[in-house]
Amino acid sequence: MTEYNFAYLDEDTKRMIRRAILKGLAIPGYQVPFASREMPMPYGWGTGGVQVTASILTPMDRLKVIDQGADDTTNAVSIRRFFQRTADVATTEHTAEASVIQTRHRIPEERLGAGQVLVYQVPIPEPLRFLEPSEVETRRMHALEDYGLMHVKLYEDIAQHGQIATAYAYPVKVSGRYVMDPSPIPKFDNPKLKMGAIQLFGAGREQRIYALPPFTQVVSLDFEDHPFDPSKADHPCALCGAEDSYLDEIITDDRGGRMFVCSDTDYCTTRREGDTA
Amino acid sequence: MYVAVKGGEAAIDAAHDWLAEERRGPTDIAELTLGQIKGQMSLAIARVMAEGSLYDPDLAALAIKQARGDLIEAIFLIRAYRTTLPRFGASHPVETGDMACDRRISATFKDLPGGQVLGPTFDYTHRLLDFKLAADGALAARDVAEDVAEAAPDTAPEPMPRVTEFLNAEGLIEPEVDPGEAPGDLTRAPLELPASRALRLQSLTRADEGFLLGMAYSTQRGYARNHAFVGELRIGTVPVEMDIPELGFAIEIGEITLTECETVNQFRGSETAPPQFTRGYGLVFGQTERKAISMALVDRALRWKELDEDDLGAPAQDEEFVLYHADNIQATGFLEHIKLPHYVDFQSETELLRRLRQAFAAAPIQAEAAE
Repeated sequence: MTEYNFAYLDEDTKRMIRRAILKGLAIPGYQVPFASREMPMPYGWGTGGVQVTASILTPMDRLKVIDQGADDTTNAVSIRRFFQRTADVATTEHTAEASVIQTRHRIPEERLGAGQVLVYQVPIPEPLRFLEPSEVETRRMHALEDYGLMHVKLYEDIAQHGQIATAYAYPVKVSGRYVMDPSPIPKFDNPKLKMGAIQLFGAGREQRIYALPPFTQVVSLDFEDHPFDPSKADHPCALCGAEDSYLDEIITDDRGGRMFVCSDTDYCTTRREGDTA
Repeated sequence: MYVAVKGGEAAIDAAHDWLAEERRGPTDIAELTLGQIKGQMSLAIARVMAEGSLYDPDLAALAIKQARGDLIEAIFLIRAYRTTLPRFGASHPVETGDMACDRRISATFKDLPGGQVLGPTFDYTHRLLDFKLAADGALAARDVAEDVAEAAPDTAPEPMPRVTEFLNAEGLIEPEVDPGEAPGDLTRAPLELPASRALRLQSLTRADEGFLLGMAYSTQRGYARNHAFVGELRIGTVPVEMDIPELGFAIEIGEITLTECETVNQFRGSETAPPQFTRGYGLVFGQTERKAISMALVDRALRWKELDEDDLGAPAQDEEFVLYHADNIQATGFLEHIKLPHYVDFQSETELLRRLRQAFAAAPIQAEAAE
């Protein structure tokens, strides 16, 4: 067994997944059940994103894979290699050059636009899951647009902590209808969810796909007197000096020394190369 | 000057090399052959085939070897391979009533047509380490071939009708009705709830043995107790037949070993039904007795709705809880993924926590005053 189909999945499976994607694009924010396949990497490693990417890739595509914003994290390397091996597609680390970007936990800093697709790896697609463990129940709540529980949770946060105590996977409302989990991106990234590229979300283990067409209205849930605040560490990047990018905190010694650097490695590198040029 | 960590690719390659070396072990000891694994680790093979949902002892042996004996990893290898195979069609239902049994026992009748056949069981062994095995693998004094010849002198095997059929004849047990619809395929369509019993059984038969054992055990200890008798447990081979369109008729394409367990459970009866025994059903690839019994108990617990029983809030009664958490490939993947990088989410949590602590330090009195 050496030969696999282009991008690993057989064409029937791809067709089934593309149908789910199209349905997802037609009903933005709605979680479409799909017959997720076992992939040669474990559930939790991005099997949903990998299946979505495999279904939309063409030989002309140029693929970028990031994990935590970085191209060189081990799992990003592993997934990029998987597609190099099974689809022989061109790859890149430059956001602007990529036609398909698979990501885990971040939206690139550079603005995405027409001709690009951002594919998210999603662990738990259900934004209501930690408020209501039953899938039967949460599907009913979405059907009835019954989101009271979520608002109560946000309100209780404010009552208890003085602010909404959700820092990542911050829930959003899509086109005024479905409450959606944007995957565990930091809430700093939420405003970027309204963008020119197509966004596809794949949850393999949970067998769900959902999508945002370009420029779909995406609103982070909040209250009039407690507006949404896309905060981040209050520092510039120690390497490139950017003040507008999301930062990783790096522990530099065992005496409390730390520094903050861009989590988006391509953004940081491009800025630094621009300085020296 | 800080330099961001690079070298993921080199690290992955080095890790894979090391892994291959560890798998092989000391080179002065002969390498395991697939034949040895298949022939001498046959219960491990059975588990990998059952939970991998693929009946192929050779591939299971390869997977066990490649996985260094980690059975869940081996099951994963088999699943990832299985999913790439095309599905040509479905076989005819196998007839377990005609099984060529290696083992067949009933806990409900002392004797019965076909008899009690112990077969190759650990049941009455004393669990004493056999140090002779450490010295050499020779069989003990008794010759198995002779035993078998003595026990079964050249007569055709007696038919072994199912125990539940005896009870059925008397109307003592609920009849098993064919719902008349082709069962769905869990591996080709997303699981949606509520699931049919056929789909539930499909999910249970590939479920993690340990999870199912725990669930079944919980019903015995009172969490939705339904007191199960093992009406019958049989292990043996059945032929698999499939219609070949080009031929226009069914032919036997092979034989598989199965373990089947039918339990006889209590039932008080309801307003519409007289008191009757009820059934739980387990059917698993290979010699997988513990799993088949567990499956039957969990199947029975999940049937509370159709039998008009009370929802006792027990985990084993909760279809969504059982089916969504029974698959060890899903479970181990999601569990182990927390060792992947989570710098970004962790950073955002850290920022939030710092802010909350600042706010707390600035106004600790306020909270008290508000009370």
